Amino acid sequence: MTNPPVGQSDFVAALVDPAKAVPPGIISHRGDSDAKRFAVYRNNVHVGLVGVLAAKYPVCRQLVGEAFFTAMARLYVADHKPFSPIMMLYGADFCDFIGGFAPAQSVPYLGDMAALEEAWSVAYHAADDSPLALAEIAAFDPEVLPDLTLTRHPATGLLRSAHPIGSIWSAHQAPGVPVRPGAEAVLITRPTLDVKVTAIPVADAAFAQDLLQGLPIGEAVERTLAHHSGFDFGRAIAGLCSLGAFSQAVLP
Amino acid sequence: MDAQRLPCRAGLGLKPQHYADILDGKPDIGFFEVHAENYMGAGGPPHRYLAAIVERYPLSLHGVGLSIGGEGALNGDHLHRLRGLIDRYQPQSFSEHLAWSSHGETSLNDLLPLPYTEATLDRVVAHVDTVQQALGRSMLLENPSTYVLFAESTIDEIDFLAAIAQRTGCGLLLDVNNVMVSSVNHGLDPYTYIDRFPVQAVGEIHLAGYDETTDAAGERLLIDAHGSRVSPDVFALFRHALGRTGPVPTLVEWDNNVPAFAVLADEARIVDLAIAEARAPGDRRERVA
Repeated sequence: MTNPPVGQSDFVAALVDPAKAVPPGIISHRGDSDAKRFAVYRNNVHVGLVGVLAAKYPVCRQLVGEAFFTAMARLYVADHKPFSPIMMLYGADFCDFIGGFAPAQSVPYLGDMAALEEAWSVAYHAADDSPLALAEIAAFDPEVLPDLTLTRHPATGLLRSAHPIGSIWSAHQAPGVPVRPGAEAVLITRPTLDVKVTAIPVADAAFAQDLLQGLPIGEAVERTLAHHSGFDFGRAIAGLCSLGAFSQAVLP
Repeated sequence: MDAQRLPCRAGLGLKPQHYADILDGKPDIGFFEVHAENYMGAGGPPHRYLAAIVERYPLSLHGVGLSIGGEGALNGDHLHRLRGLIDRYQPQSFSEHLAWSSHGETSLNDLLPLPYTEATLDRVVAHVDTVQQALGRSMLLENPSTYVLFAESTIDEIDFLAAIAQRTGCGLLLDVNNVMVSSVNHGLDPYTYIDRFPVQAVGEIHLAGYDETTDAAGERLLIDAHGSRVSPDVFALFRHALGRTGPVPTLVEWDNNVPAFAVLADEARIVDLAIAEARAPGDRRERVA
């Protein structure tokens, strides 16, 4: 009797689809095909990847509870396998999945919270760089200030939500943080060792968005003022710099 | 201490929740081991803490994602990242698994089994050669825990590992928990496995806790779980292994339901005592780095 080789494609196909039979040629020491044994591998893959998501999205997990989160994560895992052996990269589009996951709509800000936690993870692992200090901008000739562009610090992320996700996130880190209903813009930065999550004024967020996209300061100020007449440039730039949003000021 | 080798002592897996305990408490632990993939981010706290820890402790770099048993070519980007980590942290040891975890573009995040045949032996030997060449150093290859066998297999696992070590010059990482798990799962005697293992190639031992269930026929099925203390039967098998190997750097793995650092330190103390007992005067054998 010959024993044809079990290709790894066949193994993977059966691994990711519980409806598939154990590939012939995979046996127990008794010589039989034991689905319970093969299921250990299926379970390892699923439980492992659900664990990766549970570790990456702790606030989402708290918001919906362990059982709901696990059920939702298992569905995501079922058709999203990692594209890299680096698990910190896994689940980057979990927020989009949640956005389209009907049972999660009772927590309308869950997808945005997942986006925040993804940005937190990106910031946590981002390259080290010293943040741009306000004094470095002030050192330029005021004449050229409008032409300056500011380089995004590798850790910086900016999110806007119709819900107060920054405050909700903060309330899950330290009890007693007030949460008021309404839209919130959230800046994620890592000025020193720790990741900071900060709700910032809407006008500052519009300004930061333009700067992070590479617009010069002058143009960003004009565009922001057009929509937010009370915009305070001095306070905004000082705040963004103190949070470590940028790494460099560049004069083209 | 020989800076090029792990000390023949107990080591612990390094967990982010214990960074501060270790740097503030300066516990007397022989070495720390990290999963290479957890340090493949560009920067941030993981690298900051690891840099501080390697200033004080020897480091074992343990890969879980290289897929050495894979059918396809090794992932060149991944090898490059590993080389970067090795250059940066100069670990005393690098180890990986006799298993595969990626297929094409997909990573499965698990250590999957391979059949033991002349063809798979040639493939793994070629992969280990590639790894050692790319990393500029010799590596340790770990025996797997498995739940199934392949009808096509023609080579015994120990002969397979011994042949890889002999043909590539790599060392072996003897995971005693995996020996117990695989032996129970395949109706074999774990002590016979240890007695037949090519101990001269062993550069490190792993210990961990297992979970237990039953297979379709109602037979005991052990699961390599890394979520509890080392079980007494594995510890007894470890003492038996030490009798053959002499003192070997020995890691306690605890990756799930990670307890307080003090619990891990307790496990390390017990392992250190066992290693000390195995250290007969004038009998310090050379180890593979």
